[in-house]
Amino acid sequence: MSKAIAGPEIERMIQLLSRLPGLGPRSARKAALSLLKRREDLLMPLADALSAAVDRITHCSECGNVDTVSPCSLCRDGRRDRSVVVVVEEVGDLWALERAAAINGVYHVLGGHLSPLDGVGPDNLNIPRLLERASSGEVKEVILALNATVEGQSTMHYIKERLAPTNVAVSEIQKGVPIGGELDYLDDGTLAAAIKSRRRI
Amino acid sequence: MAPSLSLERLSLTDFRNYAHVVIETGPGPIVLFGLNGSGKTNILEAISLLAPGQGLRRAPYPDLLRAGANGGWAVAARVNSRSGRAEIGTGFSPSAAAGQRAGTGRVVRIDGEPAGGSGALADFVEIVWLTPAMDGLFTGPASERRRFLDRLVLCFDPGFRSLAGRFERATQSRNRLLADGVRDNARLEGVEIIMAEAGTAIAAARISTVRRLCDVIAARRLRDPDSPFPWSGIELEGSLESALASAPAVDVEDSYARRLASMRERDRAAGRTLEGPHRSDLIVSHGPKNMPARLSSTGEQKALLIGLVMAEAELIAMRHSGSAPLLLLDEITAHLDDRRRDGLFSEILRLGAQAWMTGTDLSAFSALSGQATMLRVADAGLHSVHA
Repeated sequence: MSKAIAGPEIERMIQLLSRLPGLGPRSARKAALSLLKRREDLLMPLADALSAAVDRITHCSECGNVDTVSPCSLCRDGRRDRSVVVVVEEVGDLWALERAAAINGVYHVLGGHLSPLDGVGPDNLNIPRLLERASSGEVKEVILALNATVEGQSTMHYIKERLAPTNVAVSEIQKGVPIGGELDYLDDGTLAAAIKSRRRI
Repeated sequence: MAPSLSLERLSLTDFRNYAHVVIETGPGPIVLFGLNGSGKTNILEAISLLAPGQGLRRAPYPDLLRAGANGGWAVAARVNSRSGRAEIGTGFSPSAAAGQRAGTGRVVRIDGEPAGGSGALADFVEIVWLTPAMDGLFTGPASERRRFLDRLVLCFDPGFRSLAGRFERATQSRNRLLADGVRDNARLEGVEIIMAEAGTAIAAARISTVRRLCDVIAARRLRDPDSPFPWSGIELEGSLESALASAPAVDVEDSYARRLASMRERDRAAGRTLEGPHRSDLIVSHGPKNMPARLSSTGEQKALLIGLVMAEAELIAMRHSGSAPLLLLDEITAHLDDRRRDGLFSEILRLGAQAWMTGTDLSAFSALSGQATMLRVADAGLHSVHA
C-alpha cells in the first residue's frame, strides 16, 4: 500500500488480513470495511473467537492435529478404531478426509512433507512420534494418504522404509480416475497410474 | 484434407518496437521484408507466444515491453484452428505481476475467458519455427538439440511437460540431498524412484516421437529423391533410450533406480546427476553422405535443418488430417541458392501452411508473387505491397 487511507489501527488490521491466503490488499480492505460496519454482530464475535483461539488452541500430543484439547477430540473419541492410523501432510488434509467420513480410524499429521529444496528434513516433521505410535502395539495398519507430488511421494517412501522394522501393515491410497471423471480428460500420468494400480474384479 | 492452421488477424500492443499494429491476413504464406532492425523478427516472436512456452527467443516477459510504454504488452489473434475459429490473446503486465507472487507467467485468454496457463493454447495453435539462432543446432550443445526434440514431443504428448517438471524437481531434490551430505538411504531412494519413473517415461516418449519423425523422413525420401534438402538420419543417444530398445520399461526403470543408488558418491563429487534423460542427445547425420551433420558445410547444415523442420511440420500436419501448423521462418532465404529457395517455397505451398517468412530483400521471394501476402516492415508499422 502506497498511502495510508485510515488510522494506524485500521491500517494494521488491513495489513494483517492481506496476509491470509486468498486475500490480496484489495479484498483485505473490503473485509476490514465489512468488519467495521458490522461491529456488533461480526467484529466483536470474531475478536473474541480469535482471542479464545490464541488462549486455548494447541497441537495434539498424539497426532499433531489442532484442537482446544490435547489429546484432540478425535484421539479421545472411543468409537474410533485406534488400530488404523491415517498419515496426512497437513491438518487441511485431515479435515478433507473427515468431511468425506472416509474412514473411522485415527490420524497422524506430519505438518508438511520432506523437501530438500526447502530445507525440510525428517527432524522438521512429526515423524518420530509416528514411529513411536506404530511400535506401541495398538496400531495394526498405517495408511499413507499423502499428496501425489514429488515431495509427497518421496516422503511416503521414506516413512514406508522407517515403518518396515515395526510389524504394522503399511498401505498407500490409490492414484487414478476421479469419481465422475472421464478418461478422455485425464492427463497421461494419471491414466498410466490408474492402469498400473488396477485390481482384479 | 483439413484446412491448415492460420491467423486471420494479429494485433500487437506495446510489444517490442510496436506501439500498436494490426495485421489482417489470408490463409497463405506471408512475407515480411524490411531493413535490419525494422522489427520483422519481433512479429514472429509475437506469433510464437500464441503457442505454449516462452516464445522463440525465450526472452523474459518484462523484456518484451516496448521501451517507454507504461502498462503491459499484449498479443491477440483470431485463429482458424482445427478446434474451430477462436480469439486468443496473451500478455504480461510487470506492475500486475509485481502484486502477485514471484514467478508468475503471462496471462492467456481464449475467447475472452482466462485460461489456466499457456498450456491451454496447445489445443489451438501449433508452431514450428526456424531462426538463424538455430543454425548451430548440430555443432552446439546437446541441450539445444534436446529442446528442439522435446518441443516436438510436446505436440504428441501434452503430459510430457509435467513429466519433465517432475523429473527435474526430483533430480534437484536428489542433488540437494547429496550436497547436504545426507546419506540416509530411505530419503535418497524416495526421490530416485520418482526420477527412474519419470525419466524412463521421458525416454519412451522421445523414442516414439523420433520413430514417427523417421517414418516421415523415409516417406519424403521416396516421394522426392532429388529434393534440394538432403534427408537426415536421426537417432537418440542416451543410456535410458538405448536400454529401452532391448528391455521392457519396468526393467529399465528398476535398473536406472539401482544405478542412481550406486552412483551417489560419484554424483556427490560432481555436484550433479551424471546419468539420465537430461543428458541425452539427438544425433543427426547427413543421410546421402552418411556423415555426422556437425561435420557438414555451413550451407549443407542449413539445408539439412530445413529438411528436418519441414519433416517436423509434415508430421504434425499428418497427425491432424493434413492441417499444417504455422511456420515461422526467420531470415530463411539467407545462405540458400535459387534451387533451394524455390524448393522451399514449393514445399510450403504443397503443405498448405501459413508460413510467416522474413527477409531483407523482396526480390528473394519473387517466386511467391501472387501466392503470398507481401508486407513491408518500416517505422514500427506494416505496409502492404501489391507486387
